[in-house]
Amino acid sequence: MTIASTQARFDCVIIGAGHNGLVCAATLARGGRTVLVLEAAAQVGGAAVTREFVPGFRVSAGAHLLHLMPAELLRTLKLESHGLEWSARAMSTTALVPGGARLSLGAEEALRGLSPEDAEAYSVYAARMRRFAAALVPMFSGVPPRLGTTAWGDRMALLRLGWQVRKLGKRDMRELLRIGGMNVYDLLEENFHSAALKGALGLDAVLGANFGPRSPGTVLTLLYRLAGECGAGASGLSQPKGGLGAVCDALAKAAAAAGATIRTGAPVASIRVEGDRASGVVLESGESIDALSVISSADPKTTFLRLLGPRHLDTGFVRRVNHIRSRGLAAKLHLALNRVPVFSGVSEAGLRGRLLLAPSLQHIERAYNHAKYGEFSSAPVMEITVPTANDPSLAPAGQHVLSAIVQYAPYALKEGWQSGRQRCIDAALDGLERYAPGLRASIVGAELLTPADMEAEFGMTGGHWHHGDLAFDQFLMVRPVPGAAQYRTPLDGLFLCGAGCHPGGGVMGIAGRNAAQEVLKANPNSP
Amino acid sequence: MIGAAAKTAASLDAIIVGAGHNGLVAACYLARSGLRVLVLERQPFIGGAAVSRRLYQDFTYSNCSYVCSLLRPEIIRTLELPKYGLQVIPYEGGCTMMQGGGHLALYDNHDALRREISRHSKRDAEAYDRYSRDVMRQCRFIKPLLMREPPDPTSFKPRDVQELLYLGKRFHGLGEQRMYDTLRFWTMSAADFLDEYFESEIVKAHFAGSSIIGTALGPRSPGTAYVLLHHYMGDIDDTVGAWGFARGGMGAITQALGASFEASGGTIRSAAPVSKILVRNGRATGVALADGEEIRAPLVISNLDVRRTFLESMDAKDLPDEFLRQVKNFKIRGSSGKLNIALDGLPRFPSIPEGSPCTRGDMHVTDTIEMMERAYDDWKDGRWSRAPYIDMLIPSQIDPTMVPDGKHYMSVFVQYCPYELADGPWDAAKRKAFGDTVINTIAQHSPNFKDLILHAEIRTPWDIENEVGLTEGNIFQGELTMDQLLFNRPVPGYAQYRAPVRGMYMCGSSTHPGGGVMGAPGANAARAVLRDLGRAH
Repeated sequence: MTIASTQARFDCVIIGAGHNGLVCAATLARGGRTVLVLEAAAQVGGAAVTREFVPGFRVSAGAHLLHLMPAELLRTLKLESHGLEWSARAMSTTALVPGGARLSLGAEEALRGLSPEDAEAYSVYAARMRRFAAALVPMFSGVPPRLGTTAWGDRMALLRLGWQVRKLGKRDMRELLRIGGMNVYDLLEENFHSAALKGALGLDAVLGANFGPRSPGTVLTLLYRLAGECGAGASGLSQPKGGLGAVCDALAKAAAAAGATIRTGAPVASIRVEGDRASGVVLESGESIDALSVISSADPKTTFLRLLGPRHLDTGFVRRVNHIRSRGLAAKLHLALNRVPVFSGVSEAGLRGRLLLAPSLQHIERAYNHAKYGEFSSAPVMEITVPTANDPSLAPAGQHVLSAIVQYAPYALKEGWQSGRQRCIDAALDGLERYAPGLRASIVGAELLTPADMEAEFGMTGGHWHHGDLAFDQFLMVRPVPGAAQYRTPLDGLFLCGAGCHPGGGVMGIAGRNAAQEVLKANPNSP
Repeated sequence: MIGAAAKTAASLDAIIVGAGHNGLVAACYLARSGLRVLVLERQPFIGGAAVSRRLYQDFTYSNCSYVCSLLRPEIIRTLELPKYGLQVIPYEGGCTMMQGGGHLALYDNHDALRREISRHSKRDAEAYDRYSRDVMRQCRFIKPLLMREPPDPTSFKPRDVQELLYLGKRFHGLGEQRMYDTLRFWTMSAADFLDEYFESEIVKAHFAGSSIIGTALGPRSPGTAYVLLHHYMGDIDDTVGAWGFARGGMGAITQALGASFEASGGTIRSAAPVSKILVRNGRATGVALADGEEIRAPLVISNLDVRRTFLESMDAKDLPDEFLRQVKNFKIRGSSGKLNIALDGLPRFPSIPEGSPCTRGDMHVTDTIEMMERAYDDWKDGRWSRAPYIDMLIPSQIDPTMVPDGKHYMSVFVQYCPYELADGPWDAAKRKAFGDTVINTIAQHSPNFKDLILHAEIRTPWDIENEVGLTEGNIFQGELTMDQLLFNRPVPGYAQYRAPVRGMYMCGSSTHPGGGVMGAPGANAARAVLRDLGRAH
């Protein structure tokens, strides 16, 4: 703490070079601030990183698809001119159905494999959900209003939220207010017959969530995803050339081009406080760096409890932080394959898209049951991509990579991941083998990233993609905790910009952008 | 008889379908405002699910609902129920027995309770004060809303806007931090909510009980914190959250209501099942009984749940399609069973000290939240819980009038029990197997229990539906989930007790604020009727 600073003083120091940290850095630098980004790892990207997992085989270690980042953000930061290329856009979604039948939900070949009745119901349902998602975009992309203040900004924001919903018209508004608090299981049961369709649509509601389809609040998580995709624009599910890491490399270039400095391999030990405001950070090396504002893209628990320390906060606030539920339940499975995987009934085009392994809602719910008691699912559900089908550069010629989100795999496995890991991999492979006979034989290497591994590798408490469950009681003005939901914190000069803030995780970048704008507002006429 | 009925019918103002507590409450208010009201009940006895019945010798069973707390005090006062024989005696305690012996006792004496909790965890004893303060704060916020019509947020009618502003004001009045607490409280799971206060499993398990009673949700399902609150909203003699026994069983409540109703000039006809609600040119005109008799009245108020009312007692052609779609979507799920047991004497519970008052209230044997959640998992798979959550009481300890000398009556509420079993319909054998599961669960904690059983009435959701007429035997006439509360209950746009047919109203627990023997829906429906008639309440 007492080591004199040799560094020049920065307007803003950002902790963590994940996508949100980098978006925040780029936005601040473009706003004329001097910005330093400090990243603990050797490379930028956080959980949006591409790395080798078997010699010669590379994979997006965290998120493996880009579908939530607003097109307008990509444009403003000129990511494509900073080297971001696409190996696939508007990717299709295929539900894996037992017996090799198929159900495609991709935009272009919509509804193949559905009964006329379900097809009809689906188009009505999809259109309605799109309307709801569009109405919610402002709510998900803006800064959540504070409650109980007399500030006109907050009141207007609340009114705007109300108006967005009111604009839907009586009938849609009533339906939104009804289903908004419902579970996705009931919603889908109300609309469809096909178990495969319900399973596929239900999986999107629980991916990355601490929920099963029967948990109330899963319509909210589904709308979160749909509103995100709606805000992202028309390009849909996309795969960047070189994996998700390419997005952060481009973001880093954009930030640097705008004048930000990025230092990797520079883990922050603590946030410095002087006279009741954040005054900079101290690195684990002992080096001390001054800053007007400190912006943390680390999760709230890490930021407040580890980097800042409870003694700078009042007990009520610390209690709320301790109560944030941030234990991940999603694992990542990476397979190196010596040939292209063959999923029965799935075309080559389908293989270039997203495959969902969730044959029915009951199947997902049963998989979730295990997680409630600290076990991994004996028959897990999965979101599967074969990145090499679109981007051969990720593997040696003719060989392939399979990347799957595997649920549920709880952070705190009762038996411990030491003994659980291999059995969890086997459970996942059994599931895959059922839809892709012979897959096992083609595996040359495998890696399972459990939430515990993600905590260790990416420094997210609990290994939770969203830095905290997405649920009504951790949402909007109560995310991550009341009093810090507007990216400011109880400590002057300290801001949050990570997925722990509104609106949450998924490679979206909105939290980073919103935080940057709050920082710019907080000290408008700083040097 | 028919002639006589027709004669009275000729001069009726309102017909109420169903003599459950809400139907009777509505009837009382209307009769007291000078309306000529006829209440029609399918069964030969009144009371719906609030009844006392003699099904075995001289034992009186509260054979559906079994304890009293939620019945609104203003209703008890206005309708002078004590004058008509209602007497509610508070519990003296409660307890949860632990699997390996040992127990957590609950006493109404606050200091005694704190000492007891600190036996299990000093920290939890401290937390208990914070917990009860926060829960009571939520109760105080919600209580005034129970006896009001929920506003329609999509409407610009002055009344609705006014009511919305009222809600907004009250909410804003909580202050910033409390508003956040309220937002979270209404949407959390009971398990997460309790985790924020307590560390001891037994303490959490005991309080979590009321978050699942009657609902098709587990303690880890978001929204169950509200259900927990719903069971706290009552009070006896101004002791908030207190529960008690109605002297003579739950039937005493509906008997008192019936007497109060008749004293103000109302007529009740039992054994008069309504087969159809009659509608002409979009207006309710009366009802037709199963025997073909038709009774005319300009107002028809249904105490039945919305499915029974609109899907089974009316013509689809008389109702808007969107409304019908929403009624079909209304979730009414059977998740609870009930055992009523006549005992030859008082069962011993070794884990409870002899003579402790904590057996003179609600007793439980589920000592972890995980057990409750697993019980729920069984229900999801279409079978009754292998280790069910039970809420067990022996009212005869406090009200000896219910049983012959020296004998006892035990009421056992069971969560979870599905309406439809995965392996085919209910039959006698399955009902017995279900009963045995419950009896064995109790016997694990009471060695002499089985030997004391003289008679046991076993009621599955299917039985409750068939006897009481509650769809799927759901005790709340509809799930208490976020999508079915306030302005969404029972159907968005129709949460103000008025059916889409002129002259027709709903007064059952399917309407705001929902179930429990509360009476609020009946009172609110009556107020809506009187307002439409331009009369004061």
